[in-house]
Amino acid sequence: MNSQESRASDIRVDLLEIARVIEPGSTVLDVGCGDGSLLDYLVRERQVDGRGIELSPEGVNKSIAKGLSVIQGNAEEDISFYPDQSFDYVILSQTLQAMTRPDLMLEQLLRVGRKAVVSFPNFGHWKVRLNLGLLGTMPVNSTLDYPWYSTPNIHFCTIRDFVNLCRQANIHIEQSMAIDARGYRMRVQAIRLANLMATQGMYVITRK
Amino acid sequence: MLFFMNHETQQESKKETADEGFADVVTLGQNQPLPLDSGKKIGPFEVAYKCWGRLNADKSNVVLVCHALTGDHYVRGTNPITGKRGWWETMVGPGKPVDTDRYYVICINVLGSCAGTTGPASLNPDTGKAYGLDFPVITIGDMVRAQARLLDHLGIDKLFSVIGGSMGGMQVLQWAVDFPDRVRTAIAIATTWRHSAQNIAFHEVGRQAIMADANWAHGRYLDHDEPPHAGLAVARMAAHITYMSESGLTSRFGRNLQDRDKVAFGFDADFQIESYLRHQGISFVDRFDANSYLYITRAMDYYDLAAGHDGILASAFKESKTRFCVLSFTSDWLYTTEESRHIVRSLNAARARVSFADIEMDKGHDSFLLDCPDMDAVVRGFLSSEAEAMDGENKP
Repeated sequence: MNSQESRASDIRVDLLEIARVIEPGSTVLDVGCGDGSLLDYLVRERQVDGRGIELSPEGVNKSIAKGLSVIQGNAEEDISFYPDQSFDYVILSQTLQAMTRPDLMLEQLLRVGRKAVVSFPNFGHWKVRLNLGLLGTMPVNSTLDYPWYSTPNIHFCTIRDFVNLCRQANIHIEQSMAIDARGYRMRVQAIRLANLMATQGMYVITRK
Repeated sequence: MLFFMNHETQQESKKETADEGFADVVTLGQNQPLPLDSGKKIGPFEVAYKCWGRLNADKSNVVLVCHALTGDHYVRGTNPITGKRGWWETMVGPGKPVDTDRYYVICINVLGSCAGTTGPASLNPDTGKAYGLDFPVITIGDMVRAQARLLDHLGIDKLFSVIGGSMGGMQVLQWAVDFPDRVRTAIAIATTWRHSAQNIAFHEVGRQAIMADANWAHGRYLDHDEPPHAGLAVARMAAHITYMSESGLTSRFGRNLQDRDKVAFGFDADFQIESYLRHQGISFVDRFDANSYLYITRAMDYYDLAAGHDGILASAFKESKTRFCVLSFTSDWLYTTEESRHIVRSLNAARARVSFADIEMDKGHDSFLLDCPDMDAVVRGFLSSEAEAMDGENKP
């Protein structure tokens, strides 16, 4: 979704942050896997047994050509057909905000996976607030790169919103990370600060 | 000793087979008849097949192509029976997705067919006459087991890939279920996991058309002169509609009239679509046997991969190590995207490795036979990535 700088491993920096939390040799389902970059990286560098779901035909074709097992489908529909607890990790990267029911999606992620890794653009970032507060318009930037009328992102949330939802839904946050505009992990822990400074939130969640 | 020498020279010469010419035919099951799902046995039986490319030293590059209902083993080159080009030249050949410079491709005519492998039009060794309805009713599973017998005979144990569309796709899935250890990758295109009521219904219309033709003579027409051409043509016409999409028909024919400015107020072929269908029917009877049509459509109707597993398809794929690629077409209403999705979901439930793409194409079920760059790209990528993975494994 965003075009950020890459390291030598040729995948997006923020995807590398996700890769870091995945145990080597585990089973992984990447929901909305795009062109399969992250999954391919995990298979090669972390020896995971990886699968993917992707909506776009281009993404599916590229993933298959990488030797990945990826199915073309709608994440919200298809995830319900996976057996309970059939993966160690289910990844939902930069896709939560495009779901019709993000709350139900989180339930599904934790039904299918023992852990879920979720990342999303933080609508609480100071630039977004400034944009909306001073200019009075919806923000368009590298992380939120569509105008309001054609965006697939229909359910924006802030880092605080996400944490609140987890609390309500009895979801345990095992690890939380604030990601900056370049895709790197920030050294902030306090929610108030993360919610203001991070362009992305990244969470490892489990069932309580 | 002589036998082995023969066998070897045969294999030498088959390393590079030209596109043209008739197929190889071998007789199998002389000593060990093939047990069929019906409980009957067949043997001896002949199997016709054709090969392309070069078999590598460890025989790890074999790709089995499975043909559809009215297809045959003439995948490439001029078909000596019809005089037409092979049915899958866009998919199979040098530099094509199933690259004959890389893979050793083999296509085997199915049991029950009329293009070389034993079928109802073949001579029954017990009577010296054509089998007719004495030919045992066969299943997709029987076809696959007959193919396995041929591969055993050729000394080929493992298949790098099995690929096919429509009934060919049914065989692909059957191969993966019945011989999981022999199939490394399976590519099932525009197919289903079981024949639906609607699928059976269309086939029954075709069979009734054949059997309603007086010339059919309870299947004994080969003893006389006149085959049931009218019935078989109608069967083909009805089936052909199911192979095309409404939008495909509209864009190609619309309500265009055939060689006339206005309707003739009669029952001639006023419309181009009528003329086209009649042509499809008439040209079909020259190359296909009516009884074969009955037997093969029956085999498809009996197809249900979940039947032996309490109706749960995922159980059929349990523990499968095969890597699957399932492809459907958006405009295919014969074997719909939803059927393919069910296969994919079942494979996922069985924790098998599966890739799936629903390819945007407006030509209906027959899309898999047509020039389709998106399909080609997926098949090419799927096969090459697996070939590379295999090369990696074989490195010390």
